[in-house]
Amino acid sequence: MDLSSLKSRLVVDLGLLAASIAMFFVLPDQLGFATRVITTVLFVLSLDLVLGYAGIPTLGHAAIFGIGAYAAGLYALHVSSEPLSGLLVAGIAGAVIAFLTGLLLLRVNKLTLVMISIAMAQIALEIANQASGLTGGADGLGGFELGPVLGLFAFDFYGYTAYGYALAVTWLLFLVMRRLMASPFGISCQGVREQPRRMEALGVSVYWRLVAIYTIAGSIAGVAGGLATQTTQFVSLEVLGFTVSAEALIMLIIGGTGRLYGAIIGTILFMSAHDIAAGIAPANWLFVIGALVIVVVLVTPRGLLSILPWGSR
Amino acid sequence: MSAQEIDAAGLSVRNLNKRFGGLTVASDLNVDLPPGSRTALIGPNGAGKTTFAGLVTGILPPSSGTIMLDGEDITRLSAARRVKRGIVRTFQITTLLKAMTPREHIRLAILERRNLGWRMFSGASDFRDVESEAASILEQLILREDADRRVDRLPYGKQRLVEIAIALALRPRILLLDEPAAGVPSGESGVIIDAIRTLPEDLAVLIIEHDMDLVFSFAKRIVVLVSGAILTEGEPGEIAADPRVRALYLGEEAHG
Amino acid sequence: MQLLLSILIDGVAYGMILFMIAVGLSVTMGLMRVVNLAHSVFAMAAGFTAHWLISRFGLSFEFSALIAILVAMAIAWPLDLLLFRRIYGMDDLEQVLLTIGLVFIAIATATVLFGTEVRAVKLPAYLTGSLDIGVRVLPFHRLVVIVAGIVIAFLLWCLVEKTRFGIHLRAAVDNEGTAASLGINTSRTYSYAFLLGAALAALGGILGAELLPIEANYPLRYLVLILLVVAVGGMGSIAGSLVAALLLGIIDTAGRYFVPELGTIMFYAATIVILAVKPNGLFGRKVS
Repeated sequence: MDLSSLKSRLVVDLGLLAASIAMFFVLPDQLGFATRVITTVLFVLSLDLVLGYAGIPTLGHAAIFGIGAYAAGLYALHVSSEPLSGLLVAGIAGAVIAFLTGLLLLRVNKLTLVMISIAMAQIALEIANQASGLTGGADGLGGFELGPVLGLFAFDFYGYTAYGYALAVTWLLFLVMRRLMASPFGISCQGVREQPRRMEALGVSVYWRLVAIYTIAGSIAGVAGGLATQTTQFVSLEVLGFTVSAEALIMLIIGGTGRLYGAIIGTILFMSAHDIAAGIAPANWLFVIGALVIVVVLVTPRGLLSILPWGSR
Repeated sequence: MSAQEIDAAGLSVRNLNKRFGGLTVASDLNVDLPPGSRTALIGPNGAGKTTFAGLVTGILPPSSGTIMLDGEDITRLSAARRVKRGIVRTFQITTLLKAMTPREHIRLAILERRNLGWRMFSGASDFRDVESEAASILEQLILREDADRRVDRLPYGKQRLVEIAIALALRPRILLLDEPAAGVPSGESGVIIDAIRTLPEDLAVLIIEHDMDLVFSFAKRIVVLVSGAILTEGEPGEIAADPRVRALYLGEEAHG
Repeated sequence: MQLLLSILIDGVAYGMILFMIAVGLSVTMGLMRVVNLAHSVFAMAAGFTAHWLISRFGLSFEFSALIAILVAMAIAWPLDLLLFRRIYGMDDLEQVLLTIGLVFIAIATATVLFGTEVRAVKLPAYLTGSLDIGVRVLPFHRLVVIVAGIVIAFLLWCLVEKTRFGIHLRAAVDNEGTAASLGINTSRTYSYAFLLGAALAALGGILGAELLPIEANYPLRYLVLILLVVAVGGMGSIAGSLVAALLLGIIDTAGRYFVPELGTIMFYAATIVILAVKPNGLFGRKVS
């Protein structure tokens, strides 16, 4: 089974869809966790766009996620409790920040890019920390309630609506991303990653192509952040931390970059393992993750997706 | 076209210089590439041939001098913009996208040429005229059989052909071929030579080569570059007879 | 005036610590083009070791410091042999990931061994006093750090300019292929540079324990700081590390004094501005 063929993709898609719908019935008490997994999947998918497809090595992607998260939180608190418009606001916030930072970020060489991206994320964290009047500082922002989705589905105590909402949004954006990466634009971004000189020799303005995809991925990361805030009705400084960026990177690499499905699988595996292990002992978890990452890099640098029989392109 | 316009047509390089710190890699270069010309740039290793290609295509900004295309000064024009004006090059070392097929490469080139590279909601292979154009280029370069195989699984000679195919897909007016036969086993180089022979007539072609057979069978004009400066230029017969050139290549005949 | 002097002293001392920790990373990143996010682990390891030897066994500061530096080098050596040699050829991303993995393991180990609190490295009596120069009282510790930094910078300069190792190092940073073809054992040069960098980081960790407190989360907490000093200074440049560290140290300290609401934002903003103007760092070379 080869993921580039339509038929096998359909099978995998339906399988994933079926599994996620089954969650409603099979493990209803895990819906909170499952919702977190889904919002993280969306975030890691956006990272795949940036890193896996376009080859932009950023370790500050959490900043965009966090800004989207705060945007949605502030919107719900001060403007309106309508969720979809909140997501829109989060997406726009993500896009704007990504665009502005991308203008600088994409001018420098890759190693410097990694550094600056980390610095930018730290600035975002510091600003959020300092502006505690607005953001709630270390205590976080809470106390807002969300209205019903589409006016019909109210957020319930059990998390059914949250889960379904997150699932629908993520699924939709996943399809959009897939379409995007198969388009002329998407293909050209992959070309830019692998052979920027060649793409330039085709008349492509590499810089603007990268700014574009970085902005698009930024809006999706913003939406992911907004979704996280809306489904937990809370946001705090952790969303901006370096650990978020690092863990997202790990999830993506474990699953495999540049194929979107890798982001999904990597996230599910990582977060499930984390959930199980965190109960045992937090310090040991860090050890396990560290060791796991090292093993994955040394043994399967292309990520798990490449060693599974149906992962190759 | 007036006489002046005809004169100005094609690429002209005037007094081009390039220095890296204290090192001069191109000195006072004057070269004309009118439409239909078949020029070869030869010279020992390190003479600055690839530097010249970089200067013409816009990857390297010159230290001084001008580059004109059809009478218009393009010295400040970016590399990507020059491609849009029809100045195209192939690379000495293949810069193909490993997992893509020849068809996908050519499709990509055509899409970019037609400014469809920003389309985000159609599939890349949805454009029927793009597909048929790609098919005819594949046909022209006898790549039809391998059209849908990954390029990293093709023999090196075929990969070099794909480079040329991409260049053609961009509808060049000035084509720079940087050692098209380099590294190709002699059994496979025939296809490349054929491909070069069948290039459009009104195209100005500059070929950078070491393979003297290829140079003499292809070029109507030869420019000899040594240490960044033009030693001499002229018709193949003149160049072959020039004692300075012969001295240069004494001992390099094994390559030709 | 008094305030300016304080800022200068504190800023330069802070900068010297950053320099000691960052210089090794700058050299190995410039040499091997390896993104090693785990470099500060050496500083942390030395800090914890020194703390442990002093508080648990009552050993002297100097002796503990020496042992701690050796411990850091002892950790560095197998890491170089087993891991870093292998990742040399890998993709940037994979290196980042692998070294993040090391950071996580280091933090986990430190947490298990020492818990999550900050551990002090008790300074000997002669370092805790201060010097009264009339205008201001200057803590000995800061002065010693500054002097140590100057001495180290000078010694490194001698090493790089005057010794054969230094020549090999510069050649390898400039162009590895050429250096190797000239018969320079580049991988041995790397290893020595790596060990030296680890030792210097260890020293910086110990001396800087007041400014950069030793805790299990040390490598992550100061990761950004050190990386940015390297980036701003230019990878592979010792002078660059020094200048960048001092510059950023002073900016950060000044920022904290004059606009405390902005916290460390000054530091990060300054790095972004500098990198925007000089993407390869102040003294860096264009990375191909």
